[in-house]
Order: sequence, then C-alpha cells, then structure tokens
Amino acid sequence: MPTEIADPRYDYALRPPRLPQPVDESMASQPIDTDIRLGMYRKLHLLRQWSKRAHDLFLQNLVKGTTHLSLGQEAVATGFSTAMRPDDYTFATYRGHAHSLSRGMDPGEALAELLGRSNGVLGGKGGSMHLTDVEKGMMGSYAIIGAHLCIANGAAWSAQMRGTDQVAVCFFGDGTTNIGAFHEALNMAKIWSLPVVFVCENNLYMEYTPIDIVTAVPRPAADRAPAYGLDPIVVDGNDPDAVYLTAKAAIDKARSGGGPSLIEAQTYRHGGHSRADPGKYRPAEEIEAWKGRDPIPMYHDRLLTLGTPEETLTGIEREVAGVVDAATEFAKSGPEPGEAELFRNVWADGGAEWRN
Amino acid sequence: MAQLSYREAVAYGIAQEMRRDPKLVMLGEDIAAAGGVFKTTVGLLDEFGPDRIKDTPISEQAIVGAAMGAAMTGIPVIAELMFSDFVAVTWDMIANEIAKTRYMTDGQVALPLVIRTANGGGVRFGAQHSQSVENWCMMIPGLKVVAPSTPTDVIGLMAASVRDPDPVVFFEHKALMAMSEEIPDGEIVDELGKAKILREGTDVTIAALAAMVPKALEAAERLAADGISAEVIDVRSLMPLDTRTILGSVSKTGRFYTVEENPRVLGWGAEVVSIVTDEAFWDLDGPCIRITTPHIPLPAAASLEDMAIPSVDRIYETVRRTAGGSA
Ligand SMILES: Cc1ncc(C[n+]2csc(CCOP(=O)(O)OP(=O)(O)O)c2C)c(N)n1
Ligand SMILES: [Mg+2]
Repeated sequence: MPTEIADPRYDYALRPPRLPQPVDESMASQPIDTDIRLGMYRKLHLLRQWSKRAHDLFLQNLVKGTTHLSLGQEAVATGFSTAMRPDDYTFATYRGHAHSLSRGMDPGEALAELLGRSNGVLGGKGGSMHLTDVEKGMMGSYAIIGAHLCIANGAAWSAQMRGTDQVAVCFFGDGTTNIGAFHEALNMAKIWSLPVVFVCENNLYMEYTPIDIVTAVPRPAADRAPAYGLDPIVVDGNDPDAVYLTAKAAIDKARSGGGPSLIEAQTYRHGGHSRADPGKYRPAEEIEAWKGRDPIPMYHDRLLTLGTPEETLTGIEREVAGVVDAATEFAKSGPEPGEAELFRNVWADGGAEWRN
Repeated sequence: MAQLSYREAVAYGIAQEMRRDPKLVMLGEDIAAAGGVFKTTVGLLDEFGPDRIKDTPISEQAIVGAAMGAAMTGIPVIAELMFSDFVAVTWDMIANEIAKTRYMTDGQVALPLVIRTANGGGVRFGAQHSQSVENWCMMIPGLKVVAPSTPTDVIGLMAASVRDPDPVVFFEHKALMAMSEEIPDGEIVDELGKAKILREGTDVTIAALAAMVPKALEAAERLAADGISAEVIDVRSLMPLDTRTILGSVSKTGRFYTVEENPRVLGWGAEVVSIVTDEAFWDLDGPCIRITTPHIPLPAAASLEDMAIPSVDRIYETVRRTAGGSA
C-alpha cells in the first residue's frame, strides 16, 4: 500500500484556505437602474442554469471531449457584458461559455456546439473551447493560454484606426499572467494607448495548482499592472454591481481615448477545472467559504432588499429555465455533422482545396 | 520599365497595395524610420506615415496577434517578422490561431493578412538566422505560403497575397535581395497557386523554389551543353500548390528532380514527389530525386554553408549522373 503523505507542500488541499472578502454592502446603494440590475439577475441565472445543464449533459455522455464551466464566476461575465456596447468585442478563453451567452449567443446553438451537432454555433467544428459569435461581438474563445490577449489588442487597434469607439474586453485566468504573451500584450496596449480592457478572473488556481505557489507576486494581475504604467485595479468578482461599475469605468476610459486597463476580478469556481474534475486539491473550508459567497443568492437578497418583489425574481428564474429547456431540446435534435462540414471553410472560398 | 532590385521590389509591392487600399497597414520591428533590417521597407514611412507603417516592440506574439485581431475586424494587415526563424517565437499565433480560426468558427472569421519574413541562407548568419522554414508553414492546414524568386514576382505575389482573403506567409529570400531586373510598368498583380515554367525542356523536369531557382536555371544551362534538355519550374507557391504544371511537365520529360534549400526530412519536395509517383508513375523513366540541404542545422562558415545548401554544381552533377538514357 502506498503511504499517504499528509504534507501541504504536496497536497494542496491541506494548505491554509484562501477566503473571500466579505460583501461590500455599500454596493446596494450605488445608483444602478433597476432594469440593469434585473437584467444582470437574469444573466446570472442564464449562465448558471445553462452551465448546470451542460454539466448534466456531460455526465450523460452527450457532451464529448471537454468543458470548462464558469459556475461560481458568473458575476464577471454578467457585469462586464452589461457594461459593454453591442458592437464592443469580447475575447475569452476555453472557459468561455458564460462570456458567449452573456453577449447574446443563442443558448441552443451554444449547447448544440457542445454536443457536436451541425446546428451548433460553429457547425460542430469548434466545440466547447472555441465558442464564437462575431455578429454578437463575441470574437472567440481561445484555448491556448495567452494568445488572445495579443489578438484583442489587434481588434482594439483596428477600432482605433477605424475611429469607431469600440472597446475590446479580454478575459483570462490568473494562470495566464505567467505567460509571455500577457506581458507582450500589456506593453503594446499601453504604448499604443489601445481601447482594450484586460480582465483577469483570479479564481486562485490555474488548473490544479494554487496560483500563489507559481507566481512571483500575491496579486497575479494587479501587482503586474504598474510595470506597464497601469493602475492596479482589484474588484470583487462575485458582486455583479461592483463588476459592472468597475467595468463601466474602464470601458468608458478606453472609449474616450484613455487607453487600456488591467482589472483583477477575485472569484472562485465552484467545480473543478474541466470535465468531471472534482477539484479535490482545494481545502474544503475554502470551497465552503466561497460557495457561501455565491453571487446568485447574494444578488437575490440584494434585489429583495432594494424592493424587488420575490415574484419578479422567481418569474425570471422560471423564464430562464424555459429557455434552457428549449435550448436542450434544440441541441439534442440537431443532426451530427458530416462530410459537408468536414471540408467546409478551410479557405475563404468555402472549401478545402489546396492543389489543382 | 524600371530596373528594380528584389529588396526594392518588396517596398514597391507594398506601396502599390497601400495606395490601392487606404485601410491596409503594416507593423513590425524597425520597419518605419529604419526601413527594415534588410532595407525592404525604405520609403514607406515617408509616403504612408507612422499610423500605417508602425514600429513595434520586440514582441513577435504581440505583432502577429495584433495583425490577427485587426484582420478579423476589418483591417487588412501586413506583419513583418524580421527573420523567418522567428516564426518559432510566435508559432502558436501562426499555427494554432491564424491557421485554424476560419475553420473552427465555420467561416465566421476572415483573416486577410500577410506575414512577410526574410527566409533562407547563403548569407553566413548561422543556424538561427538562415533557415528555410517554408515547410513549417506549408504543413499547417489554413495557411497559404509563397516564396518568390524574382523582383517582378515579389511585386505580383505581394499584391496577390494582400488581396487574398486568407492568411498568407510570404517568404522573401535573403540571398536574392540584390538581384535586379527590369519590371513592367503599371500595376503588377499575380496569382497564388501558379507555378511558372521558366525554361522549357524535354529530358528532365527540375522544380525549384526561391533562391534555388536561379541555381536550377544555371545548372540547366550547363546540362544543355551536355545535351540534356531540362525544364525548370519555379514552384513559387507551396500552398496552394500548382501540381498540374508539375505533373504536365513530368509526363513530358519522364524524369523529376526537386531542388530544396530546406533540410532533407519532409521538405516540400517530398510532398510533390509523392504526388508525382501517385499520379504520374507510368510516365516516369526513373526515380524522382530530391536535391536538398542535408538534415543538419545550417552552419555559419562560408565553406560549410556552401557545402550544405544545394549548389549549381550539385544540381548539375546529380542530374548528369542520374538522367540516364534520357540524354
Ligand atoms: C500555452 C498553454 N499551456 C498550458 C495549457 C493547459 N491549460 C489549460 S487551462 C490551464 C490553466 C489556466 O489557468 P488560468 O489562467 O488561471 O485560467 P482558469 O482555467 O482558472 O480560468 C492550463 C495550464 C494551455 N491550454 N495552453
Ligand atoms: Mg485560474
């Protein structure tokens, strides 16, 4: 029998937990329109219920390959997408479902893509890690750490050249702050004063390794900001109001020619990194504490306190449940892609020919 | 008709396209005031200004990534990588992002961009500044790859690359920079995926690329004196690949040679030879023969580099020795 080594250096679940900050109650009195708040409540629910459905379908072996859910992190996508203009650009990682849905991607087409169906938003050719909907400003989900920060710069540069006032918002994880592309992108964004907002969703872990043991500074994004002439901005990533206000300030600044921002949103994923990862490398107390800071019940309570009737909230929840059920039916009913999709769209002529 | 060097042709071709399309921009290291380390962008800053000819930090991932992000949002871009060896530094961007995004998104994303880069040896720069890396790019589905061998082709293929809606990697050969020729007046626009028969012949077909083209032509001249009539094809475009021109030639001559600057294993010639043996086997009078750099990193010393890269002598002798009864 192998010996069990109970050593926090090797078993991260034995490390001291990293606990969330308490809710900033002053957020409740921020002047945010009720319509905006209710819209955010709906988005939180859509992202949550849709992701849970994706997880169920994965467990039923209907979603093949892999999925990276944002359960627990929904307030980041919610707050930012609410602060964005419809023609602004989103760049996300493989953990991109929430960002896609929050920009308006059809929930059925998104789910069908996970199921590998031809009615998926990418015809089944991209899959879970590459959700893209250019018409909605969702410029892609990128599965190789770092690249899309540089690509987001390009979209921001293009907006700058075209004079459209569009802003690019680029989401990534804490682990991404340790790859070279992160540093190249920040430097270029700053020297060209690009209208881009970089958002680090610090969920405290890269895949299975706690971020602090692989990062030279305690705050992976904020502590790097000054090296690029940027302000260190940290926001409670589990509070939609706080995220929304921070996002709005950074986006307004970018839109009015004030250049890039780097924002660290502190949050936590409820589940594992991907697929059926149970996330056992995290201290139980830490998981419990963060689940206690779940953005959804917190926001529910805030809305009640602010005077929204309970029925309004349950109405939203039920409406979203209907959307997710319909999305599931749509996805399941789609045929599997075939030869037409296989050879489609390698090149701009729509085909795959490479010789005559 | 103006006399233009290969290096001048690069700027000439870019300028032609920038005048045509006011949206087209270029970015890269030392390309603006400095005019590029190979002086291939001289004069462009003066004509088009710093917003369209943009100097960058030494950040190859940020350069190519910015090109991709701009291209996907409606701005056609030329990105310069100073040396083609540096594609390795930004390989994720080229091989994983740019090449695959149209397919992965089932056509949602278009990437009208050109990555230009100085390729190849013969200038004694050693193993990290002399490689012929066109095969790296050729093997990735989703990338178009061209490598011109003359100033006129530089201009025409540059125009074709810029106007192509797919991403193109454009290899400018360092050893050809000083070559010069008369170029035609007026707009010069060529076509991707078209090889060119530069010399007609009846006994053997020699397919060559970039700096190997003038060598193949010189070898053909010497072979002619020995009574061997060589047809020389400038492949020009590896992706798309003009196999029809090559197969047509082989069916006439029955003997096929490639001249490749790349290290031996998996050079473009291997793919072409495989197509020739699949589809023109019964027209062949002997084995297809690849003349390549040996499978070694490229050395710096002049004597060593000259031994490594296919020379006129090696091409001539290989064909002379193996062309057999065709002569
Ligand atoms: C260049 C690269 N290296 C490694 C991986 C494998 N990988 C996928 S996700 C991940 C962790 C990323 O962590 P983080 O940036 O914190 O994002 P999170 O998953 O927590 O959202 C790793 C290492 C990858 N996709 N790309
Ligand atoms: Mg993380």
